Order: sequence, then C-alpha cells, then structure tokens
Amino acid sequence: MSASVQATLKAEAKDLNFYYGDFKALKGISIPVHDKKITALIGPSGCGKSTFLRCFNRMHDLYPGNRYEGEITLNPDNVNILSPKVDPIEVRMRISMVFQKPNPFPKSIFENVAYGLRVRGINKRSVLEEKVEVALQNAALWNEVKDRLHDLAFNLSGGQQQRLCIARALAIDPEIMLFDEPTSALDPIATASIEELMDELKDRFTILIVTHNMQQAARVSDFTAFMYLGEVVEYNDTKKIFTNPDKQQTEDYITGRFG
Amino acid sequence: MQQSVAEIRRLIARHKFWDYAFAIVGMICLMVGILVLLSLFADLARTGAPRLTPAFFTSFPSRMAEEAGILSAWVGSVLVMVVTACAAVPLGVAAAIYLEEYAPKNWMTAIIEINVTNLAGVPSIVYGLLALGLFVYILGFGQSILSAGLTLALLILPVVIVATRESLRAVPGSIREAAYALGATRWQMVSDHVLPYSSAGIMTGIIMGLSRAIGETAPIITIGALTFIAFLPNSPISPEFPFVNAKWLMDPFTVMPIQMFNWTSRPEEEFQLNAAAAGVVLLAMTLAMNAVAIYLRYRIRKKIKW
Amino acid sequence: MEREHTFKQYDAELNEIRGLLLEMGGKVEQMIANAMKALVDRDSDLARRLIASDHEINHLEMAIDEKCLQVLARRQPAARDLRFMTLALKIVTDLERIGDQCTSVAKRAVELNQEPPLKPYIDLPRMANWASVMVKEALDAFVRGDSELAIKVCRDDQFVDGLNDQIQRELLTFMMEDPSTISRALKLNYISKYLERIADHATNVAEMVIFMVKGKDIRHTAPPSGDELA
Repeated sequence: MSASVQATLKAEAKDLNFYYGDFKALKGISIPVHDKKITALIGPSGCGKSTFLRCFNRMHDLYPGNRYEGEITLNPDNVNILSPKVDPIEVRMRISMVFQKPNPFPKSIFENVAYGLRVRGINKRSVLEEKVEVALQNAALWNEVKDRLHDLAFNLSGGQQQRLCIARALAIDPEIMLFDEPTSALDPIATASIEELMDELKDRFTILIVTHNMQQAARVSDFTAFMYLGEVVEYNDTKKIFTNPDKQQTEDYITGRFG
Repeated sequence: MQQSVAEIRRLIARHKFWDYAFAIVGMICLMVGILVLLSLFADLARTGAPRLTPAFFTSFPSRMAEEAGILSAWVGSVLVMVVTACAAVPLGVAAAIYLEEYAPKNWMTAIIEINVTNLAGVPSIVYGLLALGLFVYILGFGQSILSAGLTLALLILPVVIVATRESLRAVPGSIREAAYALGATRWQMVSDHVLPYSSAGIMTGIIMGLSRAIGETAPIITIGALTFIAFLPNSPISPEFPFVNAKWLMDPFTVMPIQMFNWTSRPEEEFQLNAAAAGVVLLAMTLAMNAVAIYLRYRIRKKIKW
Repeated sequence: MEREHTFKQYDAELNEIRGLLLEMGGKVEQMIANAMKALVDRDSDLARRLIASDHEINHLEMAIDEKCLQVLARRQPAARDLRFMTLALKIVTDLERIGDQCTSVAKRAVELNQEPPLKPYIDLPRMANWASVMVKEALDAFVRGDSELAIKVCRDDQFVDGLNDQIQRELLTFMMEDPSTISRALKLNYISKYLERIADHATNVAEMVIFMVKGKDIRHTAPPSGDELA
C-alpha cells in the first residue's frame, strides 16, 4: 500500500464480534485506525457501521444484552478498551463522540462546551473560560457566538448546533473523535463547513467517521472501510477505494449498483 | 381510471359532512360538562358570597354562623400541605428516578411499576385506615398535622412517581447519550441533565398531586381530625433561636374540607352559607395551584424544545 | 454482464457516451481508408472531401465532451464509472487527433497528386491498414472491456513502428539517388509519420482500456506481457 499507511496506529480492532442479544451484528472486524488521520466507515443501512463506531466509546454498555468479543486496542498504552476490566467512563473520557442529530444540552452555549470539562473536575471559572474559547475556535464557531455565550444553545441554527457539539466533544482534548453521520441532518452549506472543520481537526485528532454519503467519505477521509452485513468487505486507502477498489462488491456499492 | 373533478368534489363533500358532524357533537359534549360545572360554581359563589368577607378568613369557627370563619381550617390545610409536600416530593422523585434510570429492566421492576400505577387508584379511605394504624397508633404521632400530612403524602405518592417518570422519559435518549459520551456517570447524567430538564413536568405532577390532596376529606376524618378548633397550632416560626420549631407538627388541627363537612352537617340554614363560602375558597385554592402548574410548564417548555 | 445502476437513467447516459465514441471511431476508420484511397488512386477530390469532413469529427468530440461533463456534474461517478469517464474524455482527444492526422495525409495526397508518382505504394497502404485495424480493435476492446484485445493492440504498435522505420530507410535511398525526388519523398515520409502517429493514438486508447479494466496503469512502462496483467 501507499506510503501514508506507514503512519502510527492510534487504535486497532482485532477480530471484533458484537452481539445485540443473540443477534451477531459485527463479524470478525479487524481494521487499523491511523493516528491523526480520518478513517471513514461506509456501507448500506444496517451494515453495522454505526454499531462498530459505538464500540469505540462503549456506548453499547448503556443498554442491556449487548456483548463484545475480540479487542479494540488503544495506543499508546496498548489497552483493550473493550475489556470488562476497563471502565467505560474512562474510555469515554479518552474518546469523544459527535452524534447524527445535533444534540446540545438545553443550557447556554458556554455550559454546553464546559460540561465535559466539569465532568473532569475542572470548575475554575478562568480555566473554563479559556478552554471553552479555544474549543469554540477550533470548532470554527467562536466568531459567531462570542457575544452570546450565555444564550441558549437551542437558538443556534442546525449547523451551528452541530459545530457546538463538535466543540463540546473536542474541549476535553480527546484522543479519538467519533462522528456518527454528523451531517445527515444538515443542509449542504452547513455540511461543507463541518467537512472543512474535520479537515482542519485531523492535524490534531484522530477521527473515525460513519457516513451514508459516499462522496463525503471520498472528500474527507484518508482511509475507508466498506462494510456489508456486519463485515468489513474492504479496507483501503480512500483514493484506492474510490478509483479502483479491490473487491467487486465495493465497486458495485460505490458506483451505485446496489445498496 | 381517473375520477372526474365533479365526482371528487362530491366525495370530499360527503367526507366533510362527518367532519362537521363530529365537530358539533364534540362541542355539545364539551359544553354539557363545562356548563354544569360553571353553574354549580356560580350557584356556590352566589350562595357563599355574603360570607366572603375579610373577617371570614380571620375568624375561628363559632356556634354563631355569622361569626364563624375558616382561620384554623386554612392554616391547617396549608400546614398539612407543607408536610405532604416535604414527604411526597423527595420520596416520589427519588423512587421515580430509581425506577426510570437505575433499576434493571426485569420482572421484579415490572411488577413494581404496575403496582405503583395501581396504587394511584386505591380509594383514599383505605389510605386513611392504613394511616390510622401506622402513624396514629404504631408510630404514636397521634391525631396530628404530621399524621395527616404523611397520610396525604402516601395518597399522592403514586401520582408524583408516575408524573415524574413521564417527565424523565420525555428527555430524549440523545441527551442521555451526549452526557454519557462526555464521560458522565449515571448520577451526573441524572443530576446535571435529566432532572433539571424534566423539572417542569415534575413540578406540574407535584402540584397536581397536592391539589388533589388539599381536597381530600375521607382519610383525614379516618385519622380523626377535629372538626371544631378555635385555636391555631404552634407557629412554625419563633422569635428566638433557632427561629423554627417542630412543635406544630404534633398539634391537633382541622382542614378546609372537614370544616365544610362540619358546616354542611349542621341543621341551621345559616351554616350552609358558610359551607358554600368555604367551598368557593377551596375551589379557588385548587384552581390557583393548577394555574401555577400550567404557568411553570409553559415557561420551562418555552426554553426546552426537543 | 455487469450489474445495472440502481438509477437506470445513469446507465442510459453512460451507454449514450459509449455509442457516440463508437460512432466517432467508425468515422475515423473510414477517414483512414479514404485518405489511403485518395493517395493510392490519386483522387484529389476524395482528399478534399475528406479534409472538409473533419469538422464532423470535431463536432462529435464536442458533443462527447459536453455529455461527459454533464454526467460528471450530475452523477459524481466513482470507481469503474469514474475510470470510464476519464477514459472517454481522453479517447475522444485521441480520436480527434487521428482525424487530424487523416486530413494531413489527405493534404499531402493532394500535393503529391500534382506531381508524377514516385513509386507504387505498397508499404504505406499496409501500414494504414494496420493502423486502421488497431483503431478498430482498441475501440472494440474499450466497448467490450476486453483487456486481451487491448494488449494485442499495444503489441501491434511495435510492428507499425517497424514498418515506419523501413519506409523511411527506403525513402532515404530514393532521396540520395535522385535529389529531384526529395520533395515527394519528404511528403511520403510525412505520411508514414502520420500513420505511425495514428497507430500511437490507437495504442494510447488500448493502454487506457487496460487501465479501465484492470485498474493498473501501464502507460510509460515496458510493453505489457499477458501474464503481468493476468
């Protein structure tokens, strides 16, 4: 593969199976997640891409009857974040998430971004103010909201709300950011601004994104995994996947022949 | 086959007939209920109007109908409500939070849930009997404000629990996930997010419960509230340190509905006027509480749109 | 046969581009044949008509470009479809150039027809025939996605190059023996060069077909062998 593959690994899924009760939703998934790169997960609805993403911050632990098998190792400490011995809260403090629909808390813009910091025990006003500003700047929202930090977050537009959620997720300096179809509820312009933002963020963060929109994966990601029926059909350089994939199934999917 | 425009119009006209028909029937049904209530209230107000003077609120009951007032009754009602709220709110809200957010979903909790809902339908006199045994005799609270408050608290507990659970459930899962995703524990998620966001609904539930409790007569009679009280309980606030005291909790008392019941059972015609006036006051108290609930809901809903 | 797109209209558009390319290819083959005929039969009229007909090729080129742009803008093709589109855009240029080469042959033919013939033409028609077959096979390979045929076209180019060398050496001897033939020999030399270019364009197309089918870029490398691409 190409030279960029030699970048360091931030995480790696190794033969990961996941069960919703008796239903095996993920089957033997093994892919690397490269440090400071964007990895996209694509595939038709119900292929397990969101399920896979949500393994990374142990979201499945919130609901009964879910079970993991296999490993996701997180570097640099090479810890298996799926191990029952690892507290899911610890995992979520290291790996943050942006959801499909903007879900700001019904609090002020400031408190939304500050919440993750407060959970980490940071309550000093001056520290919070500084970190909130940095996070909002990193999320390209600062200029739009700096005069109304104490307004309700619900008064922002959809795209601004999603960028607020991104600011909230990156305020805690996560090691990996998970994006679960972050633009599916947004208009094309807001989508473009989020994509631009992701491109800037990848200098500092490792990003894993699930998207329905193949062109989005082609535009923003460095690596792409095509999933189908709970399996990774093909994992490759994004350039390769979208010009000349190795597998026929991948080719059929991305050219719009099924799915 | 395409229908002609004329046919379509005829079809719409036929469908719309039932639209109008139901609108009219529904309006009539609504009017029957509202008009009956309004006329009853108007009659009550007309009958009681001559007695609704400031003195009525500041006088103790008396053998003379013209001099009798509801001072001890309304003070008693307010104090009993304070006890009820203090007992029912923490218990009910905590129980609801546990059931909704903490309890594992299994057959045990399912049975508990069904029973909590059923408890709301238990006749209030049964609560009275229960309280008579438990609070008055076993715990030895006597026929006091404390006993009455706790009894009514038991009575409205299911209401508070059900209302609280409904409000907690109205907070979308995405907000819970957002909090968890930032590393919040369950308690942080509940106390920082779910509880504040559902406070409007919870408050509404509590007030609705209290407005039911304020009108309850049967359980209070069962535990033996006095009907003729020509003195006030000890004041909860005292002039010297520590400024509050708990002596009033153990005092005998009366409440509005009992005072009314007492007056209506008198043979003299004049006391019926007193009962009507007290009825107006009680109704006004209930309506006022409901109005507060509606206002709270409106104000907080304006801030939170899911 | 490959699966259809979920959006059937997309298939129709790709097929339309494919059809236009074939039409253009057919016209170009005809032009090669006519150019040779004009030269061998000393038919200046035919040559002039051929020169005039070049605008048809140019029109087709523009039509295909336009269609390709529309599909690119509206469908955002990916993978195989994307390779097909980029290929179509390039093939069209090659075909248009072949058309230009044919008009150049025709122009030289008109000039030559005004002078006595230098010699009977044997190798030039052979070369033209080879080039024409290469163009046809390259397009067939493109339409059928047949990489074997495309590989054959690439190999045939070496033979045409050989013919070109041979013709040039022959013409050189003419020029050295009798300087009065220089002007005619140079023109024939040009024609040989034009035909060699046509074969090169056909080879370009064939190489791109291999890229489309196999996803492997063999341009600017040694001529491919069958096993390498298997």
